[in-house]
Amino acid sequence: MVADRDELIEPHIPALRRYAWALCRSGHDADDLVQDCLVRALGRWHLRRTDASIRAWLFAILHNGFISDRRYAARRPSIPFDEADAPLIGPAQEHATMLTDVAAALDTLPEDQRVVLLLVGVEDLSYEEAAQVLGVPVGTVMSRLSRGRERLRRAIAGEFSPSALGIAALRRVT
Amino acid sequence: MNGVSDPIGENDLQAWVDGRLKGGRLEDVEAWLGRNKAEAARFEAYREQRNSLRSWFATKAEEPVPLRLRTSVLLARQRSVWRRRVGAVAAAVLLTMAGGAGGWIMNDATRGSTQTAAAPADFLVSDAVQAHLTFVSEIRHPVEVPAAQEAHLVGWLSKRLGRPLRVPDLQPLGFRLMGGRLLPGETVPAAQFMYDDDHGTRLTLYMRAERADGTGFEVVEKSGVTGFRWYDAGFGYAVLAETDRVRLLRVAEAVDRQLPAPAPSPGKAAAPL
Repeated sequence: MVADRDELIEPHIPALRRYAWALCRSGHDADDLVQDCLVRALGRWHLRRTDASIRAWLFAILHNGFISDRRYAARRPSIPFDEADAPLIGPAQEHATMLTDVAAALDTLPEDQRVVLLLVGVEDLSYEEAAQVLGVPVGTVMSRLSRGRERLRRAIAGEFSPSALGIAALRRVT
Repeated sequence: MNGVSDPIGENDLQAWVDGRLKGGRLEDVEAWLGRNKAEAARFEAYREQRNSLRSWFATKAEEPVPLRLRTSVLLARQRSVWRRRVGAVAAAVLLTMAGGAGGWIMNDATRGSTQTAAAPADFLVSDAVQAHLTFVSEIRHPVEVPAAQEAHLVGWLSKRLGRPLRVPDLQPLGFRLMGGRLLPGETVPAAQFMYDDDHGTRLTLYMRAERADGTGFEVVEKSGVTGFRWYDAGFGYAVLAETDRVRLLRVAEAVDRQLPAPAPSPGKAAAPL
């Protein structure tokens, strides 16, 4: 029984850490958030709905922890993505700078839209699962997704004008 | 557009970006995009931004999971917390046998067997300890409303915490009410009642609404303060003092026993033991 609980939760931990990092921007805070989430999940294992997605349940616990714990809330507005302890991108990845710029553009979005883009686009949650995590109707998820993607497109298009690109590249070399 | 059975909507297009369309619908949407070049460029851009974000975040999920986040480690820690709680219950059994305050051990034994809702605990405990340390050292203003105005204190805090409160009577254990105060909690206000005894030992009882299940008593040892923390019926409680654990456990039990029933009218002091 305990083994089941372990086996069902463990595979989601890397994704939970990634989402937590996207929310907190600090590896230490993110891991604290994940730890709180896991302790809660283990303690309330018997309360979960057995027919619901474990992944959505875990993400919901994590997300609610982030919203309600003032430790994390106090950090907002948070460290921008391009200044946070960013993921290590190998030198082989030639679009590294471009990718970082997209991540930085994500920061210009309101949190409710950014979170949907992360849950759906990066974490591959279904629209229904994302709605469960956020406690909103699926229609709200869809409209945030739609508005968030358009806003991100405009932000990227602005930053990628030829002159801005040159400045951005120079800034990173120094 | 002509030739398409169901109109293509924004949700279909977003689902196309996410690669979640199958079969006929996928063909319909791609055909539609083929006819609407401007829209197609926009949704292609969404696909690109989605891929960029996935690549950028990919390495974050590939990092090795630190030991403290392994479920086996967390479970081992929970088991040791559970052992402490069993220890507290065992101490209570001894007290019952020694002191003859019967009846209540059954209650605790059954609560001890329920599973812990561990996480919000840490915040409740740290807030309660913080408040304890801040106000017990106050000489002139340890409380906001003194015990002389107990009815006002109870009415006021009940209103602010949204539930009829009751000041537990701890006289039989040697603690007299000094008064209480309202405190900011994590998301809701909290109440602190302060007591002292003939030796000047000050004790605080901290409470606030918490979304947590009922639990047994858990020992608190933090910043030189000892105490017990527990949850009951949507409220979290902590009793804290710089005194020995056995005495505090009796206080915790007395407080727990005197908690108001689900929906009584706001009472004054609890009935004596």
